[in-house]
Amino acid sequence: MAKKSVWSDNRFWQRSAGWITGFAAMLLIWLTFDTIPQIMMGSDSDIQNGVTKRVPSPTVINYKITYEMDTKRGHEIPVIGGANAEGTSSFQEKELFFGRDDWSEEEAAELLNLGKLGSQAKNCMNCHTLLGNGAYYAPDLTKSWLDPAWGPEGSMQAMTGKDTKEEAMAEFLINPSQYPTHARMMPNLGITAAEAKGLVAFLKHMSSIDTNGFPRNFGKIKGAVHGK
Amino acid sequence: MANNYLTTESKKLATWYFTFAAIIFGAQLLFGLVAATQYVMPGFLFEIVDFSVARMIHINALIVWMVFAMMGSVYWLLPDETGIETVGIGLGKLLYWVFVAAIVVVVLVYLLVQVGPADQTTIWFINEGREYLEAPRWADIGIVVVVLGFIYNLYATGMKGNRSGIITVLMADMLAFAGIYLAGMGYTDNISVDQYWWWWVIHLWVEATWEVFVGSIAAYGLITMIGAHRKVVEMWLWIEVAMLFGSGILGIGHHYFWIGTPEYWWEIGALFSALEPLPLVAMFIHVLYDWGKQQGAQEAQGKEVSVITNKPAFTWFVLQAFGNFLGAGVWGFFHTFPQVNLYTHGTQFTSAHGHLAFFGAYATILIGMFYLAVQGKNGIKVMHATKKSIWATSMIFGGVLGMTVALTLAGYVQVLVSRAQMGATWAGYFDGQAGIWFAQGMDWRLVMGVVTFIGFIILIQDLLSIGKAAHHER
Repeated sequence: MAKKSVWSDNRFWQRSAGWITGFAAMLLIWLTFDTIPQIMMGSDSDIQNGVTKRVPSPTVINYKITYEMDTKRGHEIPVIGGANAEGTSSFQEKELFFGRDDWSEEEAAELLNLGKLGSQAKNCMNCHTLLGNGAYYAPDLTKSWLDPAWGPEGSMQAMTGKDTKEEAMAEFLINPSQYPTHARMMPNLGITAAEAKGLVAFLKHMSSIDTNGFPRNFGKIKGAVHGK
Repeated sequence: MANNYLTTESKKLATWYFTFAAIIFGAQLLFGLVAATQYVMPGFLFEIVDFSVARMIHINALIVWMVFAMMGSVYWLLPDETGIETVGIGLGKLLYWVFVAAIVVVVLVYLLVQVGPADQTTIWFINEGREYLEAPRWADIGIVVVVLGFIYNLYATGMKGNRSGIITVLMADMLAFAGIYLAGMGYTDNISVDQYWWWWVIHLWVEATWEVFVGSIAAYGLITMIGAHRKVVEMWLWIEVAMLFGSGILGIGHHYFWIGTPEYWWEIGALFSALEPLPLVAMFIHVLYDWGKQQGAQEAQGKEVSVITNKPAFTWFVLQAFGNFLGAGVWGFFHTFPQVNLYTHGTQFTSAHGHLAFFGAYATILIGMFYLAVQGKNGIKVMHATKKSIWATSMIFGGVLGMTVALTLAGYVQVLVSRAQMGATWAGYFDGQAGIWFAQGMDWRLVMGVVTFIGFIILIQDLLSIGKAAHHER
């Protein structure tokens, strides 16, 4: 009689399942300890010292943000305050946000917090995607701050009759159904002027998050459909 | 209704859970239809029940009915597996009513209040605005209390009675299932950190702990419905646990490609999530293999009858094995590599996968459990299908498959037009939505949604009437 094989032994498989699960869980926890510090929000002194963070300080709202190809990484990255010689953030070029470019760290953080709370309270994520996650009934908001439609020559800014991107976005958020762009419209969610300001700060900040090049080619292609 | 044939309080409580689960299942489909209609007719219920509200109820009802049916399934199989009445059944009944009341209040607030001001009171009392975890904070805490009670019952019963392999897996799995929920209860102004922990709940539920849960239920089903050998089934279950957790836990990396997290998640996510379909293939093969083996053994003895003691339930169990593989495995694999996901992430592709995976992996087997409960409640030895069960099964499975194909085609348009050609802007998004294939995809999704809903109505009729049919062996 041959000896009973370990491969048909339930205890062996039970122990294997335990070890494999334990190993996978420990690896996830270890990676979490590596990842979380990398995605903690940066501070204003990081920006002052030219330190690029994956999730920068709320004070990025004081700076011009663009989305440029990083040849070393092979995809686009957010560039804050203009590019330096390497093509990454130089944190030099400022930009007015609701008429100011000197929002203090506390003020900017407060605005961002209001916007983040607003994004949850108004349930944005059940129509839009944020960082690509959410529902697919409305455009992705990850880099919406950089959408040419809201820029000086953009149709959305023109429609609201406002002079700046942030004012146009805020106006739209307060009275969305007044500015229909398609048969599918954004409903009025009772967003106040203060909340709208917070939401726009939240969107501007989100556009500065390093999302490893998602979405690809954002705002770079104008009218590629029909071969133009 | 008479409960004559149910000898344990645990099984009676299970039928309560199943009944409420079926009602919420209906609500899920109904609000899914509202949302699907809005894609086709955007003015439908505009500023009354907006897409965001309909969709929130659609996906929350999905989670809730499944959690109810899962808890019901555990209460159902506990006496069979442990050989004793469930410990703390009174607590179980009390918590059932607490849970039901909480769900009703949450849904009414979703429907009637919908949104609140941008402050913490909204997060605490109206909704948290985070996909799948919209339930306000007070309900989060309530859910934790209810689940702790449930875990206590499971542990107390498992330790007092016979602790089978299935019960051991369930005890470990349900504890992880409950513990992970805590990761999603906090608030942070940092959306990257927010989504990091949010995925701990969503991913580690549906791609790890829930999968192991259905593995245990499938094991129980194979033993009770076709008389498969416990030793074989439980050995397979342990192998499945190893494969599911081995791939699924780190497979979470495929959600960390684009949320601000470091690049190394590309490799980790790609590798482990590419392995995720393997246990699903294994589970499918295992169900068919055991079925063939049992049937063959019986036929070798000259008995030319089916080994299955509950035809409709077993049909749903087999559909689970196949649907899990197809919806979670194949449709998940489609877009799990970062090179592909860069363009498919956040499109109808995800939605197609979501529909077939949730349905294939979970809805199917839980409907199977409903049929097992009907059989037990009516004291039926061998339960046969009725015309209604066949129609319901075909229409629901066909309907969901149809929706999946329609959404996949719509997803292709989005990937090509909105993403690849137009670079994902507002204008690009609407160019994709205006595509004729996209629009037709949405029409077909609605049609197939209606088919699914009619199938659901027939399913409910069947569940209420099949127990009284005369052609069963009693």
